[in-house]
Amino acid sequence: MAETIRKITNSIGLPRIIITLFFILTCVMAVLLELPIDMLTHQVLVRIGMNGVFVLAMVPAILSGTGPNFGLSLGIICGLIGGLMSIELNLYDGWGFAAAIVIAIPIAVIVGWVYAQLLNRVKGSEMMIATYTGFSIVFLMSIGWLIMPFKSPEMVWPIGKGLRVTISLGERFADILNELWEFPIGKVKIPTGLLLFFFVCCILVWLFLRSKTGLALKASGANPKFSLACGINVDKNRITGTILSTVLGAVGIIVYAQSYGFFQLYQAPLMMAFPAVAAVLIGGASAQKAKISNVILGVFLFQGLLTVSLPVASSIIKEGNISESLRMIVQNGIILYALTKVNGGE
Amino acid sequence: MAQINRIHLSNNKDKTVLKKIKDIFMKNIVTIIFLVLCLIGIELSGLPIFFVVSELVTRLTRNSFLVLSLIIPVLAGMGLNFSIVIGAMAGQIAIIAVTHWGVTGIWGFLLCVVLSFPFALFFGYLTGKLLNKTKGQEMIASMILGFFANGLYQLTFLFLVGTVIPMKNDVLILSHGVGVRNTIDLSGGLESTGIKYALDEIWKFPIFYIIIILCGLVLLYFGIKLAVDIIKYRRGNKKPFMNNCVKYIFNITVCLILLVVSILIMTGDSSLSMINLPMITAFVIVILCLFNTLIVKTKLGQDFRTVGQDKHIAKVSGINVDKVRVLAIIISTVLAAWGQLIFLQNIGTLNTYGSHEQIGMFSIAALLIGGASVSKATVGQAILGTVLFHTLFIVSPLAGRNLFGDAQIGEFFRAFVVYGVIGISLGLHAWRKRVELKNKLRT
Repeated sequence: MAETIRKITNSIGLPRIIITLFFILTCVMAVLLELPIDMLTHQVLVRIGMNGVFVLAMVPAILSGTGPNFGLSLGIICGLIGGLMSIELNLYDGWGFAAAIVIAIPIAVIVGWVYAQLLNRVKGSEMMIATYTGFSIVFLMSIGWLIMPFKSPEMVWPIGKGLRVTISLGERFADILNELWEFPIGKVKIPTGLLLFFFVCCILVWLFLRSKTGLALKASGANPKFSLACGINVDKNRITGTILSTVLGAVGIIVYAQSYGFFQLYQAPLMMAFPAVAAVLIGGASAQKAKISNVILGVFLFQGLLTVSLPVASSIIKEGNISESLRMIVQNGIILYALTKVNGGE
Repeated sequence: MAQINRIHLSNNKDKTVLKKIKDIFMKNIVTIIFLVLCLIGIELSGLPIFFVVSELVTRLTRNSFLVLSLIIPVLAGMGLNFSIVIGAMAGQIAIIAVTHWGVTGIWGFLLCVVLSFPFALFFGYLTGKLLNKTKGQEMIASMILGFFANGLYQLTFLFLVGTVIPMKNDVLILSHGVGVRNTIDLSGGLESTGIKYALDEIWKFPIFYIIIILCGLVLLYFGIKLAVDIIKYRRGNKKPFMNNCVKYIFNITVCLILLVVSILIMTGDSSLSMINLPMITAFVIVILCLFNTLIVKTKLGQDFRTVGQDKHIAKVSGINVDKVRVLAIIISTVLAAWGQLIFLQNIGTLNTYGSHEQIGMFSIAALLIGGASVSKATVGQAILGTVLFHTLFIVSPLAGRNLFGDAQIGEFFRAFVVYGVIGISLGLHAWRKRVELKNKLRT
């Protein structure tokens, strides 16, 4: 009996069990404290849709062997540029949203290609270098936001130079997916369009991973030396994986922003990669293996925990933001746990 | 034929000299770029030299200790220790406690040193244990560990102080009795309440006098060496003189120039002569420099180096690799805790939830700018890097404003450079390692 329990614990991983139990506990607490459950459920669903694509972006990167994409902010910045162009072109509603994505994707492909060239040259230390590439590009682009020649009065400061820190999407395409085919179950509003978009993305990636290219990509990530011997071009597959991850990051921020209602520029993308990495790891992925099911489960657990714990924590302890400290501990704890499982060095 | 040969030879010689220069240039490319950036920045900012130099002296004494605390893990092959943030937390825990007890001045500072030691020891031990489980990924692990520890730190000081940990203090604790305030003033008004300038104010001395004295001593040292070699040369042993001739002349010239400049500054009515060096702080930093260089000569230091070069060989030759690595991290963490104390006694205000966050990043960037890499770092590189990094810090906002009409651009540029230089150094290191590996496989 003890043996089987230990086996199960080992295969799932202790931190995951703790986080799951913790999530269940917060949910029970939420019910006991008589918090508005329908509101919370709606929020959890929205948060899943908002962050889902970011988490999905981790899958091709992990599978192609570059490890979790800590440089997701590169993709995010491409998405921001697409979104800003769409506003600059003065597009509204669905057209604005679609244009943002259509403009962002080719930029993300180019950036992803360059980024992949870098990652191919630093095999073995991708995670660290990805993190710092992401950080430095965020600040380079901060200069970029100040000097880019955008004209639309919605985006630039009325006085002075440069783009605003937050750009409202209120009349453009805010909530365009959230309100698409939205219907209530009881009191819970289901953001159908948003979730549908996320699931369609998941299915597309799932299909891609079953195509010839996708299988080669998985093989070269799982065992680079063996793949090389089989005549698979490992470097090329890593490039494909990285490009796909960057593109998903770009699409992710547009989906995120339409739900959030704002584009956030300057330092906002700096730390966005870490919650996404943590979510996919909580879902059961490792630094070498990831599945679509890990994404869906992970984003549900992590975002669910964050959404529910905030009102629960603040109704127990009135002052301060304890759930923020909690987020840091959970998020970085799970990344650390995954790192201890990476077999490197020896 | 002989002539052709000679030409060929001289060509060859030229090539080697050129290649040598190119080699030196390529190896120190980061440092050289920064030197140029700093000079351009100083010129563009239009700041008076007095301001730049005095600010630089302050920042150098403030930050060097932290930068120097990074060296031993590099020696032990663990890369750049981002988890010195955790050491900084240990220092801050001690400061909060000591400020709460109301011990001020140098006694408060010494109490902080003593109090932070066990904390840092414990944290360092845990960090070392974790890094042993993540071999090959130490840097990213230590960075994420810093974030993780920051969460625990926040939890402790925002929610546990006042509830689980009993502490009553109107000045330090938030008005509702739980959690430490965001900023803690270490100096206080009329009556001092903290450890501000506890170390710096003990003894101050004009820095250019120090330079004159040091230059004098160095000149004396090289003079004697030169004399000894010349005597040897006369007796027929030409080797040492010929070998060291260039080095002596170079060192003596540099010293002489420094000496003359310093004397001119001190005798003239330049405001530069007013710049003071906090002697005790500088003394402590010098001791740490000596510690870092002398430890290599001990058995322990040799163990560090062996482990750093090759874990397997170290293991085979009977070194307990894991234990040595833990020890390296413990030393680094303890030094970082003390470094944070020096840092904060100079700043004078403790930002409870922010003072430690950037420490790791800035110290590492400074070390790398000095020309260090993931696998090699010296005391000289640490000091040079700190000077260059902080020069850029001082001048970049004004330079940005004068160049682009916006101070923000300068600050963003600075942040870009900090992160960029870490990224590039790590990238270059990984790339070189791969190329080496390939070459090894080929032969």
